[in-house]
Amino acid sequence: MDIFDLSALELGRKIKSSEVSVIEATTAYLDKIEKQDSEYNSYITVLREQALNRAAEVQKKIDSGEFNSPLAGVPVAIKDNICTKGIKTSCASKILGDFTPPYNATVTELLEQAGAVIIGKSNMDEFAMGSTTETSFYGQTKNPWNTNHVPGGSSGGGAAAVSAGIAPYALGSDTGGSIRQPASYCGVTGIKPTYGTVSRYGLIAYASSLDQIGPIARDAADCAAILDVICAKDKRDATSLDIKHESLLDKLSGDIKGMKIGLPEDCFKDGLDEDVKKAVLATAETLKAQGATIEYFPMPIIKFAVPTYYIVACAEASSNLSRFDGVKYGFRAENYDDMIDLHKTTRSEGFGMEVKRRIMLGTFALSTGYYDAYYKKALQVKALIKKAFDEAFEKYDVILCPTAPSTAPKLGESLSDPLKMYLSDIYTVSINLAGLPALSMPCGFDKNNMPIGAQIIGRPLGEADVLKTAHAFQLVTDFHKIRPQEVK
Amino acid sequence: MKITEEMVEYVAILSRLKLSDEEKVQVQNDLGSIIDYIDLLNNVDTTDIEPMSHTFAIKNVFRKDEVQPSFDREELLKNAPKRDEESFIVPKTVE
Repeated sequence: MDIFDLSALELGRKIKSSEVSVIEATTAYLDKIEKQDSEYNSYITVLREQALNRAAEVQKKIDSGEFNSPLAGVPVAIKDNICTKGIKTSCASKILGDFTPPYNATVTELLEQAGAVIIGKSNMDEFAMGSTTETSFYGQTKNPWNTNHVPGGSSGGGAAAVSAGIAPYALGSDTGGSIRQPASYCGVTGIKPTYGTVSRYGLIAYASSLDQIGPIARDAADCAAILDVICAKDKRDATSLDIKHESLLDKLSGDIKGMKIGLPEDCFKDGLDEDVKKAVLATAETLKAQGATIEYFPMPIIKFAVPTYYIVACAEASSNLSRFDGVKYGFRAENYDDMIDLHKTTRSEGFGMEVKRRIMLGTFALSTGYYDAYYKKALQVKALIKKAFDEAFEKYDVILCPTAPSTAPKLGESLSDPLKMYLSDIYTVSINLAGLPALSMPCGFDKNNMPIGAQIIGRPLGEADVLKTAHAFQLVTDFHKIRPQEVK
Repeated sequence: MKITEEMVEYVAILSRLKLSDEEKVQVQNDLGSIIDYIDLLNNVDTTDIEPMSHTFAIKNVFRKDEVQPSFDREELLKNAPKRDEESFIVPKTVE
């Protein structure tokens, strides 16, 4: 049995039945990270000693029956914009320096209560702003399928680690596609849950009305189990929904007979790579063969999703990132004249170019004279986008479309043309604007053997239908089981 | 809409950012093309549409005004770039 071939749930079962000990699993993963991560650079911080100590502790609690979650004892990588008490949390930025949070994010606490073993903090685009993990202060992450290509972003580190078999699962965050798109580029499964289901307390904010934390893992069943741990009402997050979370894993079936699946016509037109289109349409056929009905429908408002997203996200980011000023934590510039100069110099030296660009775009959109034309207008279009989805979900249970218009681009090709890079988010951003749950699952490969992702979108709080659809597909296909080494 | 040098400087001041001359030009070009693209939104008819901030209409998320324990001061000062026993040290702001 190759421990690295096991999904998180499979590993959890072997740990529970004592076939594998928590220390064995943790050591195996830490050793593999040491051997292989120099090729991918998917981790910013690896926690060898802490993880091994924690593994011993978790083993005791499993043996005593205190930890009985399906994921107890399973190692996890956490994106470096999620606070972990006593462990450096950098957002892949120079400006946070060696900032060590004095508190855990709610999701970190929940994972620890479920017996998870945190083995490291994964790489990302700086402050989650990017689609390629090339803007990280700690260097770019490489796609395990072809190390000349990007893993996607901004949760590229987590997706690459799961794909390369150097993390059983990872937590990422998604503001405009940052879980789904790297999952798509790296051939793994990732889900962004409904806005408000996972607490944002301790997630270093990019765009507060769009950010959500979610899992990146080998398959839909793993994603369901992880969501069961991290979805909970949290008093410390004012946007946290006050609802009862039923177990998604318990409800998971592969029966999609009678499920109505809608395909937005406007997502299958220009700008979509032929191989991607073929693979996603083949996915529709597979789901049809399992008893679902497939129907095309128009969604013309989709072409306004990217500009709407960039105004809203950058406006919120300009406000959220104003806290980084060198005063209370992180990097402080060495030379400054006065307080304002301290702020300016720290920020100018501490932020990367993409972050600065987005802060300025956001500041512009909110400034006097432009607020109505840009920010207010964007919020009106956001309302129209949500309305279009509400109408679609009156007819369909889930929506199917590509996750990205292409497979992973080569390293170094995206940053020189920011607008082109922004346009690659075309299929993912509208979901964050509407607050919907959406998953990306591997559904094929292009002519260069790079993974293709299909996106399944659900109605608000429709995670169960989304996961069911993905699970049904994964019961009859093998794309999610193929790993990069096999291709080479 | 055309982005001028003055607009770039104004936005930089609001954002507390210092840009080099080259960066100013780059930003002017980047913002220019991005804003041009965003002007696409002018083609959407939003008459009588309420701007929507949040997708779920959550209101009045309050808690009782009861004192809860806060953080330990020393814990919070641990990350400080410059500190004394009880505060963060910054340049004087008021003469």
